[in-house]
Order: sequence, then C-alpha cells, then structure tokens
Amino acid sequence: MAILYNTEATLAERVEECLEDDFKHNAIKNAQEAFYVSRGKLVEEMGDGWQQLRMHAMEVRNHVTENLDYYVKQFAENAEANGCIMHYAPTGDDALWEVLDIFEKHGAAYAVKSKSMMTEEVGLNEILEETGIKIVETDCAENILQTAESKPSHIVVPALHFNRDAIADIYREKRGYTGSNVPEEITHFLRKILRHEFMEAEVGIRGCNFAVASTGSVTLVTNEGNGRMVDSFPKVQIVFVGIDRIVPDLESLDTMMALLPRSAVGAKMTAYFSLDSGPRGAGEIDGPEEVHIIFMDNGRHELANSEFSDMLRCMRCGACLNICPVYRHITGHGYGSIYPGPMGLVLTPGLVGYDDIDNMVFACSLCGACTEHCPVSIPIHDLVRQHRINMVDEHKNHAIEVPIFKALGLFWSSRPVYMAGMTLGPPIMKALAHGGQALDASSAWIPVVKGWTSTRDFDVLSSTRFRTWFKAHKEAQADEKGGEQ
Amino acid sequence: MKVAFFPGCMVDMIYPEVGIAAVNVLERLGCEVEMPEEQVCCAQGLINSGYTKEMIPAAKMIVDAYETSEYQTIVSLTGSCMNAIVNDYPVLFKDDPEYLRRTALLKDRFFEFTDFIVNVLGKEDVGASFHDTVTYHKSCHMTRLLGIKEPPLKLLENVNGLEYIEMAHADRCCGFGGTFSFKQPVIAGEIVYEKCQTIIDTGANVICGADVPCLLNIKGALGRMRSDGRLDRDIRVMHIAQILDSKE
Repeated sequence: MAILYNTEATLAERVEECLEDDFKHNAIKNAQEAFYVSRGKLVEEMGDGWQQLRMHAMEVRNHVTENLDYYVKQFAENAEANGCIMHYAPTGDDALWEVLDIFEKHGAAYAVKSKSMMTEEVGLNEILEETGIKIVETDCAENILQTAESKPSHIVVPALHFNRDAIADIYREKRGYTGSNVPEEITHFLRKILRHEFMEAEVGIRGCNFAVASTGSVTLVTNEGNGRMVDSFPKVQIVFVGIDRIVPDLESLDTMMALLPRSAVGAKMTAYFSLDSGPRGAGEIDGPEEVHIIFMDNGRHELANSEFSDMLRCMRCGACLNICPVYRHITGHGYGSIYPGPMGLVLTPGLVGYDDIDNMVFACSLCGACTEHCPVSIPIHDLVRQHRINMVDEHKNHAIEVPIFKALGLFWSSRPVYMAGMTLGPPIMKALAHGGQALDASSAWIPVVKGWTSTRDFDVLSSTRFRTWFKAHKEAQADEKGGEQ
Repeated sequence: MKVAFFPGCMVDMIYPEVGIAAVNVLERLGCEVEMPEEQVCCAQGLINSGYTKEMIPAAKMIVDAYETSEYQTIVSLTGSCMNAIVNDYPVLFKDDPEYLRRTALLKDRFFEFTDFIVNVLGKEDVGASFHDTVTYHKSCHMTRLLGIKEPPLKLLENVNGLEYIEMAHADRCCGFGGTFSFKQPVIAGEIVYEKCQTIIDTGANVICGADVPCLLNIKGALGRMRSDGRLDRDIRVMHIAQILDSKE
C-alpha cells in the first residue's frame, strides 16, 4: 500500500524527527499562516455568500455520493462518447495492471507526469520504474521530490519542506545544475530540461480535480502550466480519476472552482485550468491521439456506504491542513501518510484500516478548526473521533490504556468513588509536588502523569472541594434566611 | 432567577476558587444558585478517546442530576463540558430513546456562564473592577462548537480599569484536548508553548479564559517556562469569573 510510508518508525519517532528539523518546522508554520491569512481575507470579502456557497457545494457533493453509481455510469458513457477509453479499476492493483497494459500495447517506456494523488495512492512511479519505464514528474514541486527522493509534506504544496538553498543543492548534485539559489534561475533550468522531456515522452500521466458527468470532461487545476504540457504533448494520455471526483455538470463545477483555489492557497482563481473532453478531434492541431481514463475506486464505494461517507465530499484543497494546530508542528511527514493533517486522519484509516496506522488518529486535539474551515463542511474532527471509537470497539487501540479508561469511567460515574479519590488524591499529589502547588519537571518519572509533566507543570488537587464550599454556603444562606424570619 | 450550576469537575477537583467566584457573580446579579449533589463530571475524556460504553454511566448520572423539572435554567462554567453534554451525549445515547429525549431537553436549558450573563440576564457590566492588563484565550469548543464569541469580550470590555490586549491567534487551540495532552505530550507541548509565546508577546500581566481545562494547560506551560528560564516574569492565569468577581 502506497498510502502509508515510513511505518517502521512509530508516530512518536516521526514526530520527534520533524521537530528536530527547525527549517521544516518553521517553513510549514510560515506557509500555513500565509495561506490562511489570504484565505481569510477572501472569505471575509464574500460575506454571507461564502456560507451559501459552502452549503450549495455540500448539497452537490452529497447528491453525487448518494447517487454514485448513476454518476459513475453517466461520466463513463459521456467520456466514451467523447472518444476516451475507460478502464474501471476496483483496486489500486487493478489500476496498475491497466496502466502497464497501455504501456505494453504502445511499446512505450517514457512518460511525463503531472501531480496526482491517485497515482501516489497506488505507488505508480515505483512500479513503473521497476518495470524499466522512465517516468518524469513535471510539477516543479513533485520534480524536486522525485529528484531528492523525498515524500510530500503537504497535499497541495508538496515540497514545502525545502528552501531555495536545498533545492539548488538537489539539482547540483543530481542534475548537474551550476547556477545560483535564485528561484527564477532554478526554474529556468528546470524548464529547459523539462521541455526536452515533454517533446520526447510517449505517454502523459495526469490526475483530475473534478470529473464532469454531463460532459464526460476531466479538469486539471494547476499554478504552473506544466500540467497543460502533460495533457497536450504526448500522443497517449492516461488520466487517473477517483470515482469521488465527480460533479454532475458544468454549473456545479463552477461552484467547486469558486471554493477550491480560495480554500487551497487563498487565491480567487487558479493560474491554469483545463477542461479536457476526449482526444484530439479532426482538424485540431494538438492534444493526445488516445486518452485512457483510469476510473479508480480503491475503497471509495466502501467509504460511501460507511459512517465516513461525508469524507467523499473532500476536494483535497488542504484548507484543514493550513489551519490545523497539530499539522503545524509535525508537518506532513509526522503522520506517515500521503494524506496528512485532519483530512488525512479521516481518509487514511478509511482507506487502509486500523492495523498499520499506529496512534495516528490520536494526533488531534479535536479543536474543530478543520471543520470550521472545510469548504464542503465535512465534520472532520467528529469523524476523527469516530475512528477512535471504532478502534476501541475493534480492540485496535493500545491494550495498556484500557484499564486506565475503565477506571476513569468508574471514577466519574460514582460519587462515593470520586469522593474517595478526592480524599486520597490531594495529600499524595502534595507529597509528589514536594509540598509545592504543582507537579513540576521532577515528576516526569510517574507513569501516565509523565505524559503531562514531561512538558508542563500540573497544578495539584485542591485540599478542599468546591461542592463542600457550596453546601456550606447554601446552609449559611438558609440559616440567614431562617434568622431573618 | 433560579439557576442550576454546573461547575465542571476540574473546578471541584483543582480550582474551587473559580466556582466560588462564579457563584458570587451570579448571586450578585440576582440569581438563586443551586447545584445537584450527584453531579461529578461530563466524562467527555472517554468519548474523545474512543470509549463510549465506559462513558454511558457517567453521562446518565449528569442527565439524571440536571434533567429534572426543578431546573429550567442551567449555567455551565465550562463551554467544553457543556458542548459534550448537549452535542456529544446524543451520539452516546443514539440507541437509548429515553436518555436521548432527556438530553434533548437539556440542550435548551443549558447556558454557558458568560453567554448566560450577557444574553439571558442582559448584563454587560457586572460592576467589577480590575486594574491590570489582560489578554483572553478563546477556547475551541466554546468559541467554535457552541459559537459563543462575543459575550466574554463584552464582559471584559465593561470591567472598570481593565486594559484588554488581544493576543495573536486567540482562537488557536492551546493543545489541551483532554487525554490528547497526556497521550501526545510532545505535540501538545509544542502547541501550548506557542500559545504561551503569543500570550507573553502581548505584554499583558494576566491571561484569562472561560474554560478551566485550557487554563490548567496554559498555567502548566507558563509555569514550566518560568522555571526553566524561557519566561522572565510572572503572568497570572485567571478564569473570567474571577475577574468579574474582582474589586481590585
């Protein structure tokens, strides 16, 4: 499964590794701030219109999820009528076989590619490279990652963890770059080498932000334009489309396109937007001669029929990553999934199950900022919690914690037990605090408590109860009243 | 006006002075405050960690304590626990029609402390005075999930002598998150240190909030920063009820 990576490390180890990297930590913090500040301004400008748009988008996306089979069929029929060749892939492996067949049929061994989460999901690059096919990422950020053999740290801006110095070094070492660390110069270098790749490649592989059912069209939203070269230069084109990318018609596409760039990068519109409907037509001077659509399920039908069906509304904008107080510190690499941050905490276990995800769904404070910012109103933090509930129900949580939570349940549901705890607790805590007001760093050896005291002090339990004061207070009031009478 | 008071377990366990201040304020505003003896804790830490079955007895105890004809208005001193009662209990009781019905009744009777003062009692000035610089942390569940944003700020605005300084990202999570702060101490630590830095950067002498758990977390982090030298002055951590009960 190519969704998870670096699973040999625990969540805690991955987090520690991310925090040690000051550059990455600060880069993500700054980028997060830049994105959500500009998003916030645009949302404010729209006033009530923003909430209306969100509501409408939610209705459109729910309608598709509820009628998924109808729209899958409609899109497939219309894309075929446009001249596309449809390949339905129930699983990621099926998708890979379909792609390998296409390469074999054409005797092709050279492909250019633009950014696509679905290809990441199935681990396409690794498989193609293993079979001797050269595949070149042409999205600047993805090219940097491919050259550096690194993983994406964000779903929209995947190379966020490299700065200009690091990027210049990567190309110096791997591609013979001799220029400076000025971004324009590096980009120019990349442009030159990529132009050659675009001309030579036999196959173009790309993703799809939205698939329009009524017209059988696929869309591509980018900020660079290289994606447009991928979808127009090579003779054979392979489009990866998740079945959850469908919108009914062009009008609903318009709604989505009003939300996507604003939510993703805080921009009113994207720099490049392509709406592709089939291969090159008669008399047209460019475009692919053959278009294959890999229409991939890979767990999405199952998700649509589960308590996580709201997640099928997600349009991968990354707004939830950009506001998340946890993502901010542990970055995409901390989660160990190509889908990180709040949306990743819902989607990752939704696609891969609970066995290999360690404590991932507990890396969330349930603050709800993601839910508030989601342009399609997914109750993200509620769904994260639902995964926790399922993990406990299915005994996939760490067994060691179970007695602690059972004890807490008892403590909070019986006043005598609670009061007994409140009699024993304060003197014990006072002793552990060496008579002070709080457990400090010296308490970082105590099991369970150390989870807190390793980073913060913990105020000791009060020697008196509020309820005791309240009772006495009411009695005094009653006496006073009695006295007056 | 007769009100039932829901203090939240942390007030009972750690900060009785916060509860006392709140009762003083409510009584001064003419309320007759009562509190059922049987209440202990909303127990949201359990559902938030995935333990629903273990939470049901505690949740039933809260419903039994507060859902009686005697209590038509309930004032909660914590937004987060109130959110658990009115928004999470229905999830817990989805297969229990009787408790589901009773929880629904509670939803209309529960008010968060500052929201109650401003929007039910119609008071924005409670007659408090507090001569110091204060910044305010906007707790997540109260602000976002209950949507109570203005009332605490209106109340602070009307405290005689109080100089309010807004912190950056006041509505960003403090990193408490219940058991999250125990289970993910490194992440929670990073989040709360950053929160503390925004507090320190205001230059205010007092950080105030309306939800005790966040304050426990912030106080713990400020204390640690003070003892290891990252903070070179004392910053007081206070619940808004304590400020509203002040004559300083």
